[in-house]
Amino acid sequence: MDLIKHVATGARRYPSITVSLLIILFLIGISLYAIICIPLSDAIEMWNAPPHELFHMPRSVPPAWTNLFRREPLPETWHVPMEQFEFTEGRFSEAAGLTAIEITFDYSFTTFPSGMTFFYDVDYGSKRPILTLTWIKPDGSEEEVIREIPNRGSSRYNFDAEEDLLVRPSVDGEPGGKDPAADRTDRATQGEYTLRVEAITFEENEFAIDGEIIVYGSVHGVAGTDYRRRDVATALFWGAPIAIMFGFLASIGTTLLGFTLAAIGAWYGGWVDATLQRITEVNMMIPFLPTIMVVGFFLSTNLWVLLGFIVGFSIFTGRLKTYRAMFLQLKSAEYIEAARAYGASNLRIIFRYMIPHIFPAVLPHLILGIPRFVFLEASLAFLGVADPQLLTWGKMLSEARSALYQGEYQSVLGPALLLLLTGLSFSMLGYTLDRIFNPRLRGI
Amino acid sequence: MKDSAVQGTEGARRELERGERVRAVGRALRYLGIRSLIVVLTVMVGIYAAIWVTNLGGVGDEDRRADIRAMVALGSRGPHWREMTQEVREETLEAAFQAAYRAADLDQPFFLRSFRYFGQAVSLSLGDTRFHTLSGSNVVRDVLLERLPRTLLIFGVANLITFLVGLGISLGLSRRYGSFLDRAATLLVPLFAAPPWFHGLFLIVIFAIVLKILPFGGFLGTSIPETSLAYTLTVLKHLVLPVLATVLGTLPYAVYTNRALFLIHSSDDHVEMAKSKGLRADRLQRRYILRPVLPAVITNFAFLAIVAWEAVIITENVFNWPGLGALVLQAIQMHDVSVVIGAVTLLAVLLGVTILFLDILYVVVDPRVKFGGGGDA
Repeated sequence: MDLIKHVATGARRYPSITVSLLIILFLIGISLYAIICIPLSDAIEMWNAPPHELFHMPRSVPPAWTNLFRREPLPETWHVPMEQFEFTEGRFSEAAGLTAIEITFDYSFTTFPSGMTFFYDVDYGSKRPILTLTWIKPDGSEEEVIREIPNRGSSRYNFDAEEDLLVRPSVDGEPGGKDPAADRTDRATQGEYTLRVEAITFEENEFAIDGEIIVYGSVHGVAGTDYRRRDVATALFWGAPIAIMFGFLASIGTTLLGFTLAAIGAWYGGWVDATLQRITEVNMMIPFLPTIMVVGFFLSTNLWVLLGFIVGFSIFTGRLKTYRAMFLQLKSAEYIEAARAYGASNLRIIFRYMIPHIFPAVLPHLILGIPRFVFLEASLAFLGVADPQLLTWGKMLSEARSALYQGEYQSVLGPALLLLLTGLSFSMLGYTLDRIFNPRLRGI
Repeated sequence: MKDSAVQGTEGARRELERGERVRAVGRALRYLGIRSLIVVLTVMVGIYAAIWVTNLGGVGDEDRRADIRAMVALGSRGPHWREMTQEVREETLEAAFQAAYRAADLDQPFFLRSFRYFGQAVSLSLGDTRFHTLSGSNVVRDVLLERLPRTLLIFGVANLITFLVGLGISLGLSRRYGSFLDRAATLLVPLFAAPPWFHGLFLIVIFAIVLKILPFGGFLGTSIPETSLAYTLTVLKHLVLPVLATVLGTLPYAVYTNRALFLIHSSDDHVEMAKSKGLRADRLQRRYILRPVLPAVITNFAFLAIVAWEAVIITENVFNWPGLGALVLQAIQMHDVSVVIGAVTLLAVLLGVTILFLDILYVVVDPRVKFGGGGDA
C-alpha cells in the first residue's frame, strides 16, 4: 500500500512516470490484441510459409497509412475474381467451339500497383483446348498476351504493371500507339481495363476455367510486407507479448532469486556467504554471451531453456554483491535486533523483515532489467540463436538485415521502433523510480 | 610515535613523512598483489567452468565424435574399400572410428579430459583449425592472437571515449543542474537503453547507405593497403562506426550515473564550506567534488566495461569486424570446439585484466587504500 502511494505521489512530481506507463500500457495492449485475435499457430505458419504460398500478398511494400503523407495514394491489393463475369459460348462446327469471358475492372489510381497477375485453373476432358488472353486498355487498344495450349491445373500470367496499365499517346492517331518519346515514368492511366479470355475447345461441355486477377497493392496493412510477402504486422504484434513476457520473467527471476540469495548469505554469513561470494566471482569471469551462444547452438534454441540458462548465469553478478552490501548494513539495524530478541526464526527475519525493507530499493533494478533482457533476447536472435517456433522482434531484425541494406525499411523500422519503445518506457520508469526510492537520489 | 625526542627537528619530520609514504606504497602493493592473485585464481576457475559449460553435459563430445567420424569416413574411400564386403567395410570403419576416438582421448571420461583441455586452453596450444590468419597460418593460437588486437582496439578506443567524454559531460551537466540542457539530457538517456548493435544498424543505414561516407563494415576493405599510413587510415575509417555504436550504447548511461554521483556529493559539507570560502567553480569541481567521487565513478565504469565486453562481441558481428567476437560466433556455428574454448579463454582473461586494471586505477585515485582503512573494492 505504502509502495503504491509512493508511486502515486511520484507520478505527480515526475511526469515521466505517466509517459512511460502510457507506453507500457500501449505495449500490453498490442500483446493482448495479438494473444486474443491472432492464433499463435497461424502466425507461426504464416511466418515460416514459403513465398509461393503467400501469392496473394504483395512483396516488399510499405504500410497503408503512408498514403496519408502522399499526394497521390498508392493502391492496396485487390482481387478481381472471374466468377463475377459471364461466359459466352458458341460452336463453330461439330468439332470446335469457342468459350469466352471478359474480366473487367476499373483502375482509379494514378500510381502503379506493385504487380499484377492473372491466376487461372484449367480443366478439360481429353482434348486440350487453345487458350488466348487478350489485354484491352481503356483506349480500346488490344494486345494478345498469351496464346497457348494449357496444361491441366493452375498457371499464371504476370503482367508488366507499369506497361500494361499505361496508355501511351499514339504517333499516327491509331489507338495503342507506342510513342518512343513517352517514357516509363508516366502515371498510370485511369479507366476500364479488360482481360478477354478465349478458349477454342474441341469437345463439348468438358472445358472449365476459373481464376482471378490480383492487382498487388503498393501498400499493405498496418506494417507492410517483407521480401517474402509476409505480413510484417502479425509478427510485430506477436513479438510484443513474447518480448514482455521474456523480459519480465527473466528480470523477476534474476532480481528476486539474487535478492533472496544475497539476504540469506548476508544473514547466515560464514560458509554460506563465502560460497555465494566465490560462485559470484567465478561466474563474473565466465564470458556470458559466448556461453549462452554455445547453449543456443549446441543444446537448444527453445526460448524457455535459454531463459533458464540466462537467469542462472545472471543471478551471480555484481548485483548480488550490491544487494549483499545493503543487507549487511541492515543486519545490525535496531528493529532486526528487536526481532531477534523476541525469538523470530531466521527465515522469518529474512522474509518478513529484511527483504520487504530493501525491496523498494530493488524495484528500479527489476524494472530496468526488463528492457535489458528484452534486448538480450533480441541480441541472441540477431546472432542466430532464435527459437524457430516463435516470432520475436530480434528475429525479425536479423532476418531483415540484408533487406535493410537494400532500402526496404518497413520490415526493420517496426521491430526497431517497438524495441526502442520498450527500452524507453521501462528505462524511463526504472530511472524515475530509482530517483523516488533511492534516498540519496531524491530531489535530483 | 615512539621517538618523540627527535620529532622537533625538520630532518626527522621529513624522514617520518618518507617512511609513511613508503608504508603507503607497500600497503597499496600488498593490496594489488592480493587482488591480482584473486583475479588470476577466479579467471582460472572461470575458464575451467567454461570448459564444462561448452561441453554441455556430453553434447560437445558427441559433436567432436561426429566430426571425427566424418573425417575418417571421408578418408575411407578408394578401390580397396570398394572391394570389401559390406560387413568387413563396416567393421574396418568402426575400428578406424574407435582408433580415432582413442587418438583424440575421447574414450576417457570427460572429467579427466577436462584438466587436459584446461591446460591446453591456458597455454592456448589448441592445435589446428579451419580458420586461418592473413598470413595463412591455421594454428588456433595464431588465429586468436591475430584477432585479439583488433578486438582490443574497438574496446579500448570506445571505453576511453566513454570514460573521458562521459566524465566531461556529466561534470558539465551537474554544474548546470536544472538547466534546459541538463533536463533534456536526463530525459534522453532512456532512449539509448538499446545495446550498441542496435544503434549500429542505423549508423550503417545513415553513414554507409544514405551518406555513403563510411564503409558498411569489415576491417581493411577489399585489398590490403601497401603503405603503413594507408593501412592505418583504412583501419581508422572502418573503426569509426563500430566505436560510435559502442559509445552510443554506453555513454548515456555513464553520463547519467556520473551526474547523479556528482550531484549527491556537491552538497557535502566540505563542498559547502569551500563554496562559502569563495572558491572558483571549476577548482571546486576538480578538487572538492571530482576527487572524492572518482572511486565511485570508476566502480560504475567497471560495471560498464564488463557489459561492454558482451556488447563488443555483437558489434563485431554487425560490422563484420574480424575480431574475437566475430570469431567466436563463426566457431560456434562451425562447431569448432577448440577455437570456441580458446576464444572464451581469451575473453575471460580480458575480463580479468579489465578488472585488475580498474583495481590499479582505484588504488591510484582512492587514498583510503593507500593510507589504511582498506578499500572496499
